[in-house]
Amino acid sequence: MNFFLLEALANAGGAIGAGLGAIGAGIGIGQIGKGALESIARQPEAINDIRSNMILTAALVEGAALFAIIIGFLAMVL
Amino acid sequence: MASNSIKSLLVAVFIISFLFISDISFAQHTPTVAPVKKEKIFDANEVIFGHIMDAHEFHFLSYKKADGTTFHATIPLPVILYSKNKGFSCFMSSAFHHGEHEINGYTLLTNEKIDDLKLDRNKYSAGHIVAVNKDGAIETATSVLDLSPTRNVVQMLLALSLLVFLLIKVAGRYKKGEGIKTAPTGWQNTMETVINFVNDEIAKPNLGAKSNKYLPYILTVFLFILINNIFGLIPGSANVTGNIAFTFILSIISFIIILFSSKSHYWMHIINPPGVPGWVKIILVPVEILGIFTKPFALMIRLFANMVAGHILIICLISLIFIMASLNQYVGWGFAPFSIAFTIFIYFIEILVAFLQAFIFTILTAVFIGQAFEGGHDDDHDHKEAIVA
Repeated sequence: MNFFLLEALANAGGAIGAGLGAIGAGIGIGQIGKGALESIARQPEAINDIRSNMILTAALVEGAALFAIIIGFLAMVL
Repeated sequence: MASNSIKSLLVAVFIISFLFISDISFAQHTPTVAPVKKEKIFDANEVIFGHIMDAHEFHFLSYKKADGTTFHATIPLPVILYSKNKGFSCFMSSAFHHGEHEINGYTLLTNEKIDDLKLDRNKYSAGHIVAVNKDGAIETATSVLDLSPTRNVVQMLLALSLLVFLLIKVAGRYKKGEGIKTAPTGWQNTMETVINFVNDEIAKPNLGAKSNKYLPYILTVFLFILINNIFGLIPGSANVTGNIAFTFILSIISFIIILFSSKSHYWMHIINPPGVPGWVKIILVPVEILGIFTKPFALMIRLFANMVAGHILIICLISLIFIMASLNQYVGWGFAPFSIAFTIFIYFIEILVAFLQAFIFTILTAVFIGQAFEGGHDDDHDHKEAIVA
């Protein structure tokens, strides 16, 4: 393995890792949005509670995705 | 369907193997090719990092004039340096002329300079100030202490003074009795909406009867992050909330407040979770102890990564025009309207994100503080069950 190939593999690995992280977060946030919309449809009067909890949970899922992206970025840079 | 997936798998395997073969053959050729002095073409990497990182000036635009010199539209900032044998020196950053000049035995590193002098990229990076001797060579032994107010610092203080000015003005009105019995006027309306929102949506549901004790901190963090996010959206301004040091300090403050408001109930649930079988505790306790630190760490990374990602996205979309234009000038012109339309769309999303991230940082801080003190003996029980995070 030569240096150029290693660097290319590191870049590819970082990019693929970040992409996989984004896929996971996309599925997770989609599920949260789906759940929130369904529960709002059932109980429109609870919209305020559901909305703030939805944003909070989405933020937690997004945190995991951002870890993946940061790690992917580090794999490319370091 | 099965044959379809096998087909796409074959395609993927073929593409990957092709990549390996072509890359190896490319690498075998490289040593024979003499290093060509590369032309000055558009470097997206430099533009993106120049925008995101800290600098000694506010840089708006640069262009090449007809006589070949480059014009930079910048606001220079003061530079304060200290090194052992030279003592303190203070001058404006415009004296560097973007790394072309030396002043008082110091110079500013640029990407070209690092490449030309073959400096170690791990030790020196563009935008750093280094000491030089009389011949213009860099003194590696001299360590320079850079105390200058960089653009992040200047912009943060600017945003802070604006915030303090507005809040003091509004508070003064309320002290005089305006807006208490009568309808609020002017900035009172804005501030009242924001403060009511933070009180009703963030503090009360998560902190219950103790919300008044923590409300000053919660409000300060919310308004501080919000105004810095919004200032960061002004073109040419610094990316304050996208700086890891900034978010690090905010999360450290939150961490300290979480620890100081914690009660024995909180610690007992970490060290000895009730109702859990003994062998699960071996796994659970280390995870819970790690959880004390990952909460503020996640706060830090979340705000940092969200703001940086937004800024990178916008500048990448603008850079695309110039990347296209380096292929062909007309492609660049044709691409510009789409790129600009998309940038405006992302820009509006970034305004939403500016509010959302301030909200998320604050509400998570409030949730963690609520978790830390709930279940104590002298506690009230009227606040809602906090979300397990």
